[in-house]
Amino acid sequence: MENKKNNLTWKIGGEAGFGIKSAGMMFGKIFMRAGYEVFDYTEYPSIIRGGHNTYQLLVDTRPVNSINKKIDILVALNQNTIEQNFSELNVGGVLIYDSDKAKILPAKLAKAQITGLGIPLTTLAKEAGGEVMRNVMSLGASLALIGQSLDIANKIVKENFSRKGEVVVTNNIKALKIGFDFVTANFKGQFMCQLLTRPANNNILITANEALALGAVAGGLNFYAAYPMTPSSTILHYLAKIADKTGIVVKHAEDEISVANMALGASHVGARAMIGTSGGGFSLMTETLGLVGLTETPLVMVDVQRPGPATGLPTWTEQGDLQFMLHAAQGDFPRIIMAPGDATEAYQMGHQALNWADMYQLPVIILSDKLIAEGNTTIPKFDTKNIKINRGKILTVEQLRKIKEYRRYKVVPDGISPRTLPGMANGFFIANSDEHDPYGFSNEDSQNRIEQVDKRYRKLEQFAKTMSQPLVYGNPKAKKTVVFWGSNKGVILDSYVNLPDKIKSKLRIMQYQYLWPFPAEFTKHILNNSKEILLIENNSNAQLGNLIAQETGIVIKNKLLKYDGRPFFREDIISALKNF
Amino acid sequence: MIEKDFNTSYKPSWCPGCGNFGIFIALKNALVELNIKPENVLLVAGVGCSGNGVNFLKAYGWHSLHGRALPTAVGAKLANKDLTVIVMAGDGDGYGEGMAHFIHAVRGNTNITYITHDNQLYALTTGQAAPTTDKGTQTKSTPGGLIEEKANPITLALSSGGSFVARGFSGDATHLKELLKKAILHQGFSLVDVFQPCVTFNKVNTFKYFFDRLYNLDKKEGYTTNDVLAAYKEAMVWGDKIAYGLFYEDKRPSYDKYLPQLNGPALVKRPMKVRNIEQLLKEFA
Ligand SMILES: Cc1ncc(C[n+]2csc(CCOP(=O)(O)OP(=O)(O)O)c2C)c(N)n1
Ligand code: SF4
Repeated sequence: MENKKNNLTWKIGGEAGFGIKSAGMMFGKIFMRAGYEVFDYTEYPSIIRGGHNTYQLLVDTRPVNSINKKIDILVALNQNTIEQNFSELNVGGVLIYDSDKAKILPAKLAKAQITGLGIPLTTLAKEAGGEVMRNVMSLGASLALIGQSLDIANKIVKENFSRKGEVVVTNNIKALKIGFDFVTANFKGQFMCQLLTRPANNNILITANEALALGAVAGGLNFYAAYPMTPSSTILHYLAKIADKTGIVVKHAEDEISVANMALGASHVGARAMIGTSGGGFSLMTETLGLVGLTETPLVMVDVQRPGPATGLPTWTEQGDLQFMLHAAQGDFPRIIMAPGDATEAYQMGHQALNWADMYQLPVIILSDKLIAEGNTTIPKFDTKNIKINRGKILTVEQLRKIKEYRRYKVVPDGISPRTLPGMANGFFIANSDEHDPYGFSNEDSQNRIEQVDKRYRKLEQFAKTMSQPLVYGNPKAKKTVVFWGSNKGVILDSYVNLPDKIKSKLRIMQYQYLWPFPAEFTKHILNNSKEILLIENNSNAQLGNLIAQETGIVIKNKLLKYDGRPFFREDIISALKNF
Repeated sequence: MIEKDFNTSYKPSWCPGCGNFGIFIALKNALVELNIKPENVLLVAGVGCSGNGVNFLKAYGWHSLHGRALPTAVGAKLANKDLTVIVMAGDGDGYGEGMAHFIHAVRGNTNITYITHDNQLYALTTGQAAPTTDKGTQTKSTPGGLIEEKANPITLALSSGGSFVARGFSGDATHLKELLKKAILHQGFSLVDVFQPCVTFNKVNTFKYFFDRLYNLDKKEGYTTNDVLAAYKEAMVWGDKIAYGLFYEDKRPSYDKYLPQLNGPALVKRPMKVRNIEQLLKEFA
């Protein structure tokens, strides 16, 4: 059948409170269970009722981690969605709308070559048990349109509403069917978005926030503290939900200053600690970041970026905190900064970061952003086969007994001095926010100061020797190089796959997972052997570009930057790569 | 164990006659009498003259950032409940920079002991007004006299759900030692605000000032420590007479008692293994 496609983009819009996101999530799960790959993207203002909320889902037969600007089906639960999003529909697309609440002129539909499917959702949902079910009813309608059955949908709806009781489940299943039957009876012909079928697989549908949390949980996390801040809050919510099951202490503290210091206290006595926030909260943690560095206490700090400065655009996306993470806090001290490109990488970094923090006794920053942190994606189910816990150098009581005079900050060749934990006899030391001597006592001598600063930096040199280098995709010998970090991975690689082979063969794509310590030699090797370089970042001043220039002297002139709070769409990247 | 077991090789850097000495003597003796080993003590200090004391008391020490001692101590105690966690901070540190942490730590009732070295000014930074400085006092930062009202740590703790609210005096080390013992044994958050005369910068709130005014609540006839309103009344007395001793005590459960995951051995004493996440993954499938 020629009109079967590899992918389709579906979008639903309405006010906050209409159940946009929950309907969208169910829709995503339906396709995941059917074996498809999906990626979702939400837009919502920072308010609880009203406003304009949308949920967009890309369904594909191949792995996806990005969205198109153009959509195939738009579900409008109010007039505003038609006003705001109608123009995004592809030629041949379908607009499903609640004809009790919204209308559209036939001429407008005809001009855009869009099919309008008005369904009296309000009336029908009320009959089925309540107006709130308009969202679920529209899912039934959409499934009929795409030629999917209700089998999986019924199961998902049941799972989703079971905690609300039998009646709610029955009514929603009824609503699904009413929507489905309405389209079957009223939509004639075959819609262009019939999808190729897929075998079932072992995927999960998950956000990078949840994946990161799960990675840390698998890796032995036992203390997490946070103060709510979008888009990091779902890490807190998820961990709080599973805290007693997993034996993790999860603390919502009074502010981010307290968060950072609590976690540090827990880490000091031997816990594996992590904290999470967004840029604004990280600003408050900055003071403590320096203390982590000076006391050499392990700590994993997660910054899920949103556009700043100040309160900024709370519910939107940006990569504007890289330079902040590089420079936050006064003085010189080593830190590790890593940025996941998608949920799979977030999972890996969740457990790796805990190891790095323990092994090198320093702050490890994971720099994520709203796009992946709140975007659900289908990925193969995680396993824990390759996870190892490495707690670094912690002395045992037996080892301590043999040491005549223990020095916590002993100046050692690799800079990593063995720790003790409070409670161990003979392991006394002061974790001191003042510069200190090897015992931890306050000390302002010149020679001691130099030795301690150098010792701390040697830890980073150690790490730099073993850390993984930037990843290179595409043709490794190509002379056109695309450079990026973080969540742009999805849109860049998804777009790349869809390019003609002729263009693909001329491209190589370099992703930075580790941003500090900076892989300068590798960068020079790749970039000095490139004829053209394109830098892609979701910020206004090319923060990775500046870092590359600072560390290698290479200035990238060709830049694709976006900073309107929206992620790059595939259309943006495809045209950039074609013209590059 | 004897007091000397808590000494370090570091020479105290306090001015001769400083009120901090009395607090340290009382604290060391309290620990000795409670038979708590130095390695089981985590001493979390703020930044100020008082905080420098972390160098002079043998225990595991944490010299925090200015104002941040309390949250650090709360985190440490939640992770290792077997430690005796003692926090000492100046009044500038604890009630200025750290005021929010103070109120929330009182509310949370984690089982730690909070000793504030209340010299009613900022000493380490050479004598500016603190939150507990009397209104009208002229200092380097308030040459025209302090405009703000004085904060009252005792009433603040009482109104925030304090489960152990006390005031000590470094000029009465024996009383202070007994008070600290009670505070350490208390199963919850204990506040001991200690008058600590700064002989160098505070020419008003001297040892004599307090000797002339203090009356001991513990000896006051008919006073019971389970009546929060009576405690309030005593805490509001300020002038010719000032009360010290234990104002209020109750036995509400400490924070950790509400967390089922903290039943059993201390968090950090459990074996750390790669966790099986199979069950957790079900909700995402
Ligand atoms: C963030 C920060 N701000 C300011 C300071 C400077 N500072 C050090 S100690 C101190 C005040 C100390 O007063 P207090 O807490 O009452 O302790 P005391 O010295 O009186 O014992 C200040 C403002 C600092 N160390 N950190
Ligand atoms: S300045 Fe005051 S508080 Fe500081 S050591 Fe001297 S007397 Fe004590």
